[in-house]
Amino acid sequence: MAQKRMGAQTIVFGKPPKIIASATLAGPKERDGNFGDYIDTIVDEPMMQEATAEKAERKMLYQVIQESLAKTALQESDINYYIGGDLLNQIISSSYCARDLGIPFIGIYGACSSMVEGLGLGAVMVDGDFADNVLIATSSHYHASERQFRYPIELNIQHKQTSQWTVSGAAAGILTHQGEGPKITHITFGKVVDLGVKQPDLLGAAMAPAASDTLCQHFADTNTTPGDYDLILTGDLGSMGQQLFVDLVKEAGYTLGTKHKDTGADFYKPHQRAGAGGSGCACIALGIMGYVIKEMYQGKYHKILALATGALFSPLSYQQGDSISGIAHGVVIDNT
Amino acid sequence: MEKSAYEERSRYQQMVTARTPKPKYAKNIALAYLVGGAICTLAQAVFNAFSGMSLTKLEVSAATLATIIALGAVVTGLGVYDCLAERGGMGAAVPISGFSNTITAAAMDFKREGYLLGMGAKMFVIAGPVIVYGLVGGFVVTLIRLAFAGISG
Repeated sequence: MAQKRMGAQTIVFGKPPKIIASATLAGPKERDGNFGDYIDTIVDEPMMQEATAEKAERKMLYQVIQESLAKTALQESDINYYIGGDLLNQIISSSYCARDLGIPFIGIYGACSSMVEGLGLGAVMVDGDFADNVLIATSSHYHASERQFRYPIELNIQHKQTSQWTVSGAAAGILTHQGEGPKITHITFGKVVDLGVKQPDLLGAAMAPAASDTLCQHFADTNTTPGDYDLILTGDLGSMGQQLFVDLVKEAGYTLGTKHKDTGADFYKPHQRAGAGGSGCACIALGIMGYVIKEMYQGKYHKILALATGALFSPLSYQQGDSISGIAHGVVIDNT
Repeated sequence: MEKSAYEERSRYQQMVTARTPKPKYAKNIALAYLVGGAICTLAQAVFNAFSGMSLTKLEVSAATLATIIALGAVVTGLGVYDCLAERGGMGAAVPISGFSNTITAAAMDFKREGYLLGMGAKMFVIAGPVIVYGLVGGFVVTLIRLAFAGISG
């Protein structure tokens, strides 16, 4: 077996790459939520003075990338690769942003799991000496996602308690060996798991089996238990999805207890009418690049496992009756 | 699909059903009644106002409908109708102002893709099925009526 593999699905890094800089940006609804204090830049107007939501999203993304670069001594030309993804068709936010940056671009799509997918791929490149500096950035925008996946913004629909609210924001991180920062020590890329959930307003339920599958595989591969981590942070399962996730993990023999937090379920406050919680590529991205990294510097967390979840479907697939598949990628971030 | 995978799926489906929160029926019905009732009361006031003018009964109905449709479109344009529906649910969706909202909301949304391929083509993306099946339903009902009562009936 390849030297840097561990168990069936996990990669262990020989020279763990560090997240030397991270930047986060989001809108006013996100500021008023539970993670508001962990966001670097708040924009008062989610439309970013742009004519369309799609343009607003890519402006958020571009700005957060510039802010992450500004925290380092690095220039755009020092970044070897920009790995990124978003929710919009053909990942237009990321690719148009890459056009304006002029950094070699690797576009990925893992739905809301894109940030961890990117961190994993970036860490492989840095650890393998294929790159010195890699930039990872993802974004999502409520208005743009609603238009693409659901209905026109002003339409008279009542959101269900189980439906989730796409986070408007973006986050970026820079991976390298030079400098100081929390290390990426392991990545467990997940399988696509589908237990037949068909309703697009039950995305948390559709993704929970994938999250449970990747988590249990990670524990088995690395011979760890929940006790080895200060925090197990899932992506955007939402309040209902996280209950199912905890149920499934319990059936597999692991009790998570207070170690587990779900970014989506905790993102907004109850009075913000966000249904089961936040979602979108920016959700766990803000959780990792904002909440986790800042709390690591404060000393609250030393070693965490971030488990980003994505729902792999399109409006076309569910209208044709296909079930919604889920994926989850787990990354270990260590600041000891 | 092999049997065990099928069993796993149906077992998970049961877990999902058990964890799905029950809608707050009493609250939803009360709010729908209030919002829908308010819209209908407004429409009745408009109807009464038009009745005072020298119009036929049919003309009064038409003028009332046109007024409520226009109001629905304006309130949608101001970005308020969706907030009304978020609380009032079907109370805001069922009256004709809700139908007006579906067209206005789609028109506003797709305008960014241009007047031709955006707004023009996609304005009826929500209202379209209502119109299509409304017409089909009307056609079938008329056919049945014709079969029993003949053309003169």
